[in-house]
Amino acid sequence: MYPNDFRYTKEHEWIKVEGDEGVIGITDFAQHQLGDIIYVELPAVGKELAVRQSIGVVESVKSVSDVYTPVPGVVTAVNEALGQAADLLNKDPHGQGWIVRIKIKDKKDLDGLLSVGDYEKFLEGLEH
Amino acid sequence: MKKTRFNELHKRLGGKMIEFCGWEMPVEYSGIIPEHLAVRTKAGLFDVSHMGEVLVTGKDALAFVQWLTPNDAGKLVPGQVQYTALMTPESTFVDDMLVYCMGPEEYFLVVNAANDDKDFAWIAGHTQGFDVKVEHQSDATSQVAIQGPLAEAILRPLTDIDLASMKSFHWARGKVAGKPCLVSRTGYTGEDGFEIYTTDPEPQVIWTGLIEAGKPQGLLPIGLGARDTLRLEAKLMLYGNDISDKTTVLEADLKWIVKLQKGDFLGRPVIEKQLAEGLTRKLAGFEMAEPGIARPHYPVYYHGQRVGDVASGTFAPYLKKALGLVYLPIDGTAVGTEFEIEIRGKRTKARVIPTPFYKRAKK
Repeated sequence: MYPNDFRYTKEHEWIKVEGDEGVIGITDFAQHQLGDIIYVELPAVGKELAVRQSIGVVESVKSVSDVYTPVPGVVTAVNEALGQAADLLNKDPHGQGWIVRIKIKDKKDLDGLLSVGDYEKFLEGLEH
Repeated sequence: MKKTRFNELHKRLGGKMIEFCGWEMPVEYSGIIPEHLAVRTKAGLFDVSHMGEVLVTGKDALAFVQWLTPNDAGKLVPGQVQYTALMTPESTFVDDMLVYCMGPEEYFLVVNAANDDKDFAWIAGHTQGFDVKVEHQSDATSQVAIQGPLAEAILRPLTDIDLASMKSFHWARGKVAGKPCLVSRTGYTGEDGFEIYTTDPEPQVIWTGLIEAGKPQGLLPIGLGARDTLRLEAKLMLYGNDISDKTTVLEADLKWIVKLQKGDFLGRPVIEKQLAEGLTRKLAGFEMAEPGIARPHYPVYYHGQRVGDVASGTFAPYLKKALGLVYLPIDGTAVGTEFEIEIRGKRTKARVIPTPFYKRAKK
């Protein structure tokens, strides 16, 4: 379910590292919690993201939730497809439902994130 | 937290439970969007046992109800129901409610869960000079609502009541799933449907019977989330959002429940004054003219001036657009008028549109 090569946060974001860049989205657990997602507000390309800064807002019918960057960086691309199809976050949260791509400021910051095993263990803890 | 008699059944159906007005209630089961669409196209079943009920009896029951409300309860004959309000002397809302005419000296009032105790205290506090008895029946009463185009077909085999001949805003007594009930052709969704009241201490079979009977036809259990989106599409008022003790009945665009010819009632002088002088603001329906979803309390600007907050706002699952209700200065309430709503710091264009946003096709 959760890709092995992603890193995760306890706030249910993921980052997939590709060279100096990282692709960021929300986890399958998060999209289940939010329900049917109907609107995603994306940041501007070039925006600098400090520690745990918001990369956007995800809205379901009843809820409005910020999504935060797992690590600092600069936005290099946003998933424009979400403008017409916000439900990609529900349908394919770890793939086509990606939200932004960033240039990672310091790859050492990735060390503080959860491995897939840690994240799955964390989720088990939430269910009890 | 208070629990309705259907609480365990909601959990068994996978209902996501939340606290609402002191009650543990399901906010959704399968999801707000599928639930909303089920009610618009097939049917949905709601537990609305958290609603409040007050019985008014006595020689002056009608005169008492007439004094407390702007609509004309004198027009009702036994078997009829009316939408009306409990008015303050300022013609603002203590609550909105349904009045059931049970007999010439008996009226059954159904009020919002959020206001149940306040309303009962208000009603009981105004009996001086009236020969009436006021009974709070909320705890003894369970209520479920079945709503949607298939509601009648699903309910029919479970009841001895002649549903086909029951008109909108009428009620009858009979059995549902073997339990004695009062059933009215009313609801809070904009669809055809029924509200079913019972004081039976074990009403669960009504719920399970309707779920089982309706399942093959696409009936879903519906939580509070879709209840809110359904009522907003149909522009039915939500106390605390669209109406309150700060908004008058005329400002709320509910002139149709004001019947001045019936005689004196609480709030009447303010209504007459507002009719004579004109309103300064009124509740209007809007849709977003730019991407974004307006939510309650978001700041509203008209001609650059802050004029208030969004009353109700959501994404409407059937109409598939972001819409809502807002109090605007009277010159800004014409259909087509543009104004702005601040969404996370950004002023976003919205436009006044006709209401109700959704109106079901007549059979």
